[in-house]
Amino acid sequence: MVWFLIRRLLLVIPTLIGVAVAVFFLIRVMPGDVVVVKLRADGAAVSEETIQAERRRLGLDKPLYQQFADYMVGLTRLDLGKSLWTGDSVAREIAIRIPVSFQIALMATIIAVLIALPLGTISALYRDTWIDHSVRVLAVSGLAIPSFWLGMLIILALLSLFNWLPKIGYVSIFEDPLTNLSALIWPAISVGYRYAAVSTRMMRSALLEVMREDYIRTARAKGVWTSLIMRRHALRNALLPVVTVIGLEFAFLIGGLVVTEQVFNINGIGKLFVDATARGDFNLIQGLVLFIATIFIFVNLLVDILYAWLDPRIRLS
Amino acid sequence: MKNEVVPSLGNRAFAEPAAAAVAGRLLPPVLEIDDLHVQFSTSHGTVRAVEGLSYSVHPGEMVAIVGESGSGKSVSALAVMRLLPPGTARIPAGRVRFDGKELLQLSEEEMRRIRGREIAMIFQEPMTSLNPVLRIGLQIMEPLTIHLNMDERAARARAIELLTLVGITDPDSRLDQYPHQLSGGMRQRVMIAIGLACNPKLLIADEPTTALDVTIQAQILELMKDLSRRLGIAVIIITHNLGIVARYADRVNVMYAARLAESGTAERVFSRPLHPYARGLLAAVPRLDRGRSAKLATIEGAPPNLLAPPEGCRFRPRCKFAIDKCHEVPPFVAVEPGHVVSCHRASEVEELDRLPGQAATAARAAKANGADVILDIKHASKFFPIRSGLFGRQRMIRAVNDVTLDARRGETLGLVGESGCGKSTLGRLVLRLDDPTAGEIRFENVDLARLKRSQMVAVRKRMQVIFQDPYSSLNPRMTVGQIIAEPMRVHEVLPKPQVAGRVAELLQLVGLFPYMALRYPHELSGGQRQRVGIARALAVNPNVIVCDEAVSALDVSIQGQVINLLEDLQHKLGLTYLFIAHDLAVVRHISSKVAVMYLGRIVEYAPADTLFSSPKHPYTQALLAAAPIPDPVIERARPRRIISGELPSPLKPPVGCVFHPRCPLATEDCKKAVPATRELGPSHMVACIHA
Ligand code: SF4
Ligand code: SF4
Repeated sequence: MVWFLIRRLLLVIPTLIGVAVAVFFLIRVMPGDVVVVKLRADGAAVSEETIQAERRRLGLDKPLYQQFADYMVGLTRLDLGKSLWTGDSVAREIAIRIPVSFQIALMATIIAVLIALPLGTISALYRDTWIDHSVRVLAVSGLAIPSFWLGMLIILALLSLFNWLPKIGYVSIFEDPLTNLSALIWPAISVGYRYAAVSTRMMRSALLEVMREDYIRTARAKGVWTSLIMRRHALRNALLPVVTVIGLEFAFLIGGLVVTEQVFNINGIGKLFVDATARGDFNLIQGLVLFIATIFIFVNLLVDILYAWLDPRIRLS
Repeated sequence: MKNEVVPSLGNRAFAEPAAAAVAGRLLPPVLEIDDLHVQFSTSHGTVRAVEGLSYSVHPGEMVAIVGESGSGKSVSALAVMRLLPPGTARIPAGRVRFDGKELLQLSEEEMRRIRGREIAMIFQEPMTSLNPVLRIGLQIMEPLTIHLNMDERAARARAIELLTLVGITDPDSRLDQYPHQLSGGMRQRVMIAIGLACNPKLLIADEPTTALDVTIQAQILELMKDLSRRLGIAVIIITHNLGIVARYADRVNVMYAARLAESGTAERVFSRPLHPYARGLLAAVPRLDRGRSAKLATIEGAPPNLLAPPEGCRFRPRCKFAIDKCHEVPPFVAVEPGHVVSCHRASEVEELDRLPGQAATAARAAKANGADVILDIKHASKFFPIRSGLFGRQRMIRAVNDVTLDARRGETLGLVGESGCGKSTLGRLVLRLDDPTAGEIRFENVDLARLKRSQMVAVRKRMQVIFQDPYSSLNPRMTVGQIIAEPMRVHEVLPKPQVAGRVAELLQLVGLFPYMALRYPHELSGGQRQRVGIARALAVNPNVIVCDEAVSALDVSIQGQVINLLEDLQHKLGLTYLFIAHDLAVVRHISSKVAVMYLGRIVEYAPADTLFSSPKHPYTQALLAAAPIPDPVIERARPRRIISGELPSPLKPPVGCVFHPRCPLATEDCKKAVPATRELGPSHMVACIHA
């Protein structure tokens, strides 16, 4: 198991290098020129010379292999380069947005787990009764309703019912927990619902699958009562696939809240991604992709560790 | 539903004191099942899985329920435990009296208190019956804490006691292990320990050893028998293996198509079977103690579909004695005290069977001695490298180790051994699905390992394979006709327009009908699918067919049909078989020469009759002693010598003779060197220094 983890960790490096190379070249196929976009943004008449000068300043006039070499050398020093738009370091641009994105993702995960585990279990236990049907309707609607649309509904509801809107602008939870939570709970709910729906369905089907296993029949033949069968024999086994879903969703939420962040006017990773793409800010896009890839890799690793903790067959092999 | 039991002969017939061949019979029964019916509602209609089943079990007695798959034997046991799937299963009628209680009337909570406490159940698959994420200890202690309110300490002490009882060494540390760290035999012992935890009055074992090897099977069954005698526990053993019944059961109930066909003491049912199905079944099993002189008797046809079973006697479509009256459901008739048969002609059957007609077919003349050697395996080995850890040392699994065998044209070379002995790997080497690490495999005098890919194609045409599981080896999206035609297409043996005709011909050759070419595999029964597998193998006119457990998954009556078919084809087409199987009786019946494999090596190799009548190697002797013979008289007279221990890990095979840790004759010399193969009689090769 220890060996397994070490091997996985060692694999992270080549994976990230692969991602870096791929993203570098893929981006350069994209149309749009950051300099043109930036200088002629408001329709200003900027001369071709000015543009060329700006290019030179940003190093965009160098041949592609040179740019690539610079970029890779920078990476070895963990330097992601500077944003072509703001001139700030890419690492800083990302870092200042991590807390808010991370917090929303974490809150959404907590909401999803708190909803999905009990609901999925109940739904499986009372399979094909009205309870199960209601849970499934709830879950299917969660999948059908886009998160941003739910977000807009929430904002409308807050506005029309309480004539109140969450504060714009991010306050750290450590400074002012109340303001922080009152602002971030709404986006967390609006993405958490879909998240919960996915996990509930997974939980239900995994549990139904497990309930058909021979060892559950053994437990029943031993005279174990139903609630203990669920708690002791079924849940742990059923959690295995659910853990995977939860982990991947979490990783997705860190970078994927593109529209929802717009709706709630949150300056997170998702919004940064949209901005960077719209502006053709190559360096920032590269940095973001690498960052999100890293998140995915580590979440996967975490899922594997959880797996090993849940399943002795993995832990002890 | 009408009660099909004639009242005067009904359940009381079982309880007659005169039937008390077993001491336990004098005590009142612990379990009495009376006119039990179980139905399943499916999307295709109602399946009547059990109909009018009645039997009883007395303290200390071992009662066997025998039948083929779908006969209702397992369902009836689950009904007793009230463990049938609640949504689909129904028990429309019947009484199940256990220890003075009517189980079918109890509330779920009352029933729960009985499960595991007074009635315990052991299931077929030890691999999946234990929870993989919980420690063995917890799983054994669970019933103790639930039913007997033991605290952790007391339960642990009892668990250790139980593991010792079921013969597990080092029980203390086993408690902290997980199921995947134990072998199949060990897991089944753990299941028995769980079953015995609360001193139940009744233990129901549903095919407890079907997934285990024959030596382990014998260990487990001996254990169960011994415990049932010592602790006075009544045991119901559900099995399809007539040998097990003969060796261990006091009474036997034969089920066919959801109904009881015959019931009585094992001695009487085996010595005087009176239901035509029971008679057919006993005649259809290949026997270890009989040579290969005669063809197996078979029961033609297949068990009925329980969605639309034939009216009257369920066995009528397959019964050679059927008369008009058989359109009525036959009553249970006690032909002698305690021996009950459900057949209109029970009293005449013995007379009828004696008449000439379907008498045993003439002896076969499978003399291949003069023929040339078609398959010649010389010192073949196959090692698989295994790496452990990141920088771990590379180790070798010696799956096949220095094997020398040969087969002549038209004969059958049998290869037996327990799982993991390397017999299937050897089969793969012959088919060149794997390349040997060393040695030669010569087919028609050409060393296969030397052939190039293109040359191999031509060889593949002459060498075909039939696998164990006909279902997974047939593409479900192709029709039977396409499946059989595929090898012909690949090898271009026939011009296209003739293929359809050849498919029809092949279908008839294997005992199917040409119209079946349009069917899909799932529309066929297991036996029919295996016939399709055989037809596919025959499509390219091979000379050699490797049969890898080809009949192992089939029910007894179907197995007999397929074995006969293979033999007929051999005669007609001059085929050579490499017959790989774990069932010794089947191998004895079909093979002319037999090789016994243990841990990658051939330990004994001789003409079939010589090997089975005078085995020389201690392992062969142990295998034969472990395999039960379907005859209680022989079984009860036979000395029981069950070898202990399990197959060692092929990663760390014992030094010297690989069998020495389990060998009763082992001496210090045995550990020194791998024993050389010696010829002890004509063509009788044995690798043992003390044989
Ligand atoms: S009742 Fe008739 S059909 Fe049934 S087994 Fe007896 S003779 Fe055969
Ligand atoms: S060589 Fe020794 S250990 Fe091996 S089978 Fe013969 S007697 Fe037993």
